[in-house]
Amino acid sequence: MKPVADVLVVGAGIIGASCAAALAARGCRVRVLDAGLPGASGAGMGHLVVMDDDPAELTLSARSLALWRELVPQLPAAADYRNCGTLWLARDAAELDLIEAKRQRLDAQGVANQPLNAAATAAAEPALTALAGSLEVPGDGLLYAPVVAAWLLQRSPLIEFQRARVSTVEGTRVRLDDGRWLTADAVVLAAGLQAATLCPDLPLVPKKGHLLITDRYPEQVRHQLVEIGYGASAHASSGASVAFNVQPRLTGQLLIGSSRQFERPDRDVEPAVVGQLLRRALDFLPGLAHTSLIRGWTGQRAASPDGLPLIGAHPDQPGLWLAVGHEGLGVTTAPATAEAIAAGIFGEQPGFHVEPFAPDRFMNAPRSQAC
Amino acid sequence: MLTLFIDGERLDVRSGSLLTAALAKSSNPAARRSVSGEARAPFCGMGICQECRIQVDGVRRLACQTPCREGMQVERLP
Repeated sequence: MKPVADVLVVGAGIIGASCAAALAARGCRVRVLDAGLPGASGAGMGHLVVMDDDPAELTLSARSLALWRELVPQLPAAADYRNCGTLWLARDAAELDLIEAKRQRLDAQGVANQPLNAAATAAAEPALTALAGSLEVPGDGLLYAPVVAAWLLQRSPLIEFQRARVSTVEGTRVRLDDGRWLTADAVVLAAGLQAATLCPDLPLVPKKGHLLITDRYPEQVRHQLVEIGYGASAHASSGASVAFNVQPRLTGQLLIGSSRQFERPDRDVEPAVVGQLLRRALDFLPGLAHTSLIRGWTGQRAASPDGLPLIGAHPDQPGLWLAVGHEGLGVTTAPATAEAIAAGIFGEQPGFHVEPFAPDRFMNAPRSQAC
Repeated sequence: MLTLFIDGERLDVRSGSLLTAALAKSSNPAARRSVSGEARAPFCGMGICQECRIQVDGVRRLACQTPCREGMQVERLP
């Protein structure tokens, strides 16, 4: 790699923008191409959350939260960053066991956390119905990802943004839909679900999510509230699944989620799913019955078969780097993804274990066909 | 005719009027303020845009979807 590299980044969501910023910080000239299509960064909650369902995911999200916290003092006010923490909620003894297991995993990773008993949970969040207990993770937070992505692109004079639709990705070059080819020293594909159309051997499937948002009210909730059964509820391998997940925005609005559906690639807001979300939310926050909703929308998460993102070199296209498949955790894991991609392009080892994310775990057979 | 109150201002409107009509007739056509403090008034008139959120007898409503009633107490949102 020569000292000053030219890099093309395809996708200006939170992952592409973070990769561009990390590469520009190393002195690369970066051109970011984005078609302006709907993506996950603009549809999601922007929850910054350490997830521990998988050891690799725990390492990635904990490292990424540390990088987010370094960036926080520089974020613009419009980023709406809030260090709200997450409160993982348990309804019964079985779910308290899940809390204890989570506490042990977070402790092992050195992630600060605090178990709360029933009374302490009620004191922390009086709007909740009576619960068995909870686990507070105070380092978690939230932000508004579209503003942060745009801000990351504007920070460096080395980053040039271009509104353009890419039709072909081939090693270190891409073709725009007007037929022009652009060539660079490296190409980073960070186009979320769209990446699967540019690189058909990527094993990405859409997982549809619904979100609702309320009118503004005096503060009712302080933490992001998530049921500890989230993993079991939200990651069922087929069919629609709903888990209680409510986020307090700085405006006094509540974001109400979350749902996951396979094989629903459309953007329709489905009344049946909205009903499921609201019933679940009312189980935990009965006072929501007196709260007005003002909008609902959907988005598509780009999911890989094992639930982990693909971060690293394309196995048989030198110069092409993949940063896709982050499913519902792209905002959280964007800075660590960018750190890994930049380190990879410069031939260095990043500061954490990236092997579990290597794309060749799905794409190990060499292919002669271009992407 | 019937009588209602918006932030204490007495308004007399024809029976069957929507709250949007009473707002337009009042001294301040805004229903609420946005996050950044801008005045917001009814826009789409058909319950979609959510601009005319307002407090009616203690409950959040859309002015454009709310028929006026005798004695109604209406408060603009901060």
